[in-house]
Amino acid sequence: MTDQTARPLPTDRTPPAERTPRADHTPRPGAAPVPRMLLAQTAFETRMLLRNGEQLLLTVIIPSVLLVLFSAVDIVAVDGPGKRVDFLAPGLLALAVMSTAFTGQAIATGFERRYGVLKRLGASPLPRWALLTAKTGCVLVTEALQVALLSAIALALGWSPHGLATPQGALAVAALLVLGTAAFSGLGLLMAGTLRAEATLAAANLVFVLLLLAGGVIVPLSKFPAGVRRVLELLPINALSDGLRAVLQHGAGVPWGDLGILGVWSVLGLAAAARFFRWE
Amino acid sequence: MHADPDRPRPAVEIAGLVKRYGDKTAVDGLDLVVGRGSITAVLGPNGAGKTTTVETCEGYRRPDAGTVRVLGLDPVTQGAELRPRIGVMLQSGGVYAGARAVEMLRHTARLHADPLDVPALVERLGLGSCGRTAYRRLSGGQQQRLALAMAVVGRPELVFLDEPTAGLDPQARRATWDLVRDLRRDGVTVIVTTHHMDEAEQLADQVAIVDHGKVIATGTPDALCRGGAEDSLRFDGPAGLDLGALLKVLPDGAAVAEPTPGSYRVEAPVDPQLLATVTTWCAAAGILPERLTVQRRSLEDVFLDLTGRDLRS
Repeated sequence: MTDQTARPLPTDRTPPAERTPRADHTPRPGAAPVPRMLLAQTAFETRMLLRNGEQLLLTVIIPSVLLVLFSAVDIVAVDGPGKRVDFLAPGLLALAVMSTAFTGQAIATGFERRYGVLKRLGASPLPRWALLTAKTGCVLVTEALQVALLSAIALALGWSPHGLATPQGALAVAALLVLGTAAFSGLGLLMAGTLRAEATLAAANLVFVLLLLAGGVIVPLSKFPAGVRRVLELLPINALSDGLRAVLQHGAGVPWGDLGILGVWSVLGLAAAARFFRWE
Repeated sequence: MHADPDRPRPAVEIAGLVKRYGDKTAVDGLDLVVGRGSITAVLGPNGAGKTTTVETCEGYRRPDAGTVRVLGLDPVTQGAELRPRIGVMLQSGGVYAGARAVEMLRHTARLHADPLDVPALVERLGLGSCGRTAYRRLSGGQQQRLALAMAVVGRPELVFLDEPTAGLDPQARRATWDLVRDLRRDGVTVIVTTHHMDEAEQLADQVAIVDHGKVIATGTPDALCRGGAEDSLRFDGPAGLDLGALLKVLPDGAAVAEPTPGSYRVEAPVDPQLLATVTTWCAAAGILPERLTVQRRSLEDVFLDLTGRDLRS
């Protein structure tokens, strides 16, 4: 006997009609193409950075204000030929690189580690190298904005940069910026990957202020005693500001010594970061 | 049963897993097999080793001993191949503090080849109202739901949810359970850690009870609850009923007793049929069973029996 009127047993507590139309979750796993992931991660990190008020204060407002203030007011005696801004502009470009690649990156990455962002991304399709590449991309985009803004302000203040007319000069400036970024990134990631987020916040800001004063940014190194100066000259911020000044203020050739110092810091910093960075 | 070469391997195979942190052993010889397309609840008190086990499957921890295979892959050495195929919800965090909920979900979707529709998922998990709110300003429940959405948006084959409903209100909990059931219906394997009994009972096809870093019992919630044969049905009636006659209509293995005069206890796996049989027998005998109660063993009782401890302690 067939019973076509038999109703199916209610197996689900909620009648189908009361359910919202349901999406199809059938597995279709896969990573996005690497270029798309890289672009998405770089854009996302840059958006997070530009939205963060403290980061903007550090990377945009402080260097701009210092540039205007010290160019206009004779607080610190500057060195070298040309106007005050000719001395200050290269120093503040160096400060801009440090603020983004070191201070900003260390603080942001430290808190990403603390909040499990790095851990969660570690389970995503994004490879670690791609995450670090995206972070570098984010730093370079920010630096490009900083360089454009600071250059515009400096030019408005009467800056006349030398050395950019020759290919060597332009290449030397580019090499200094790239190696400076690499050196500061390595040190910033080393700090972010080993210290607690709060310690990173405090230490990165302290280092920023100390190197702002002792890094040849606005105070010429010639103001320091010779013994102290010889030590300070080996710091990456001094190598960067001195190298930029050699080309842009003095129109000198390639500053190999400064590039060498930055190269050593880059290797040491990045190697130490790769060795000691803890993702959780 | 023999192995069928065409049949995919289980979603997760863990054998003899040991994980130590310093001199503390978090996982101590744990075995677990999770079949594809099922929901498995890893149930246990805080500190039992649930999170360590799941994080080993996700590739975060390197086993000190034993083997772990997830979708047939070694999570440590084949992580790059595995990661796009799994979805992960951590117990907390995982989102940029300044990111907005929808923006973060959209970004996670972009890392996958063929993600779910983001607006539909936002709607489904009730995240629409907080779409433009920064993560750090979301409520705990909203943060949980965002983390859940991030775990499923990439259309994974296997999803790990570490205490997905901790701190959720009942409505959000139900929404989470509905989503998990829909995932199973579409063929996704789900592993949930929880210390909520009802969550395991309601949701799971298989429950693995974990304590002190070991699986001490596995099975369907029903089978686990039946294990101790403590299901019983009690009623009051006139003293001195003919228990032999009642026993004849009950299924094999059932027992009937009259512990105190007029108070009866039927011990058998309690299902609707048993209840109908007993009440039919009473009706035929012209008896109104009073204070009729059904007592089923809960997972809570099972856990208590196995460990001598309360799950929430």
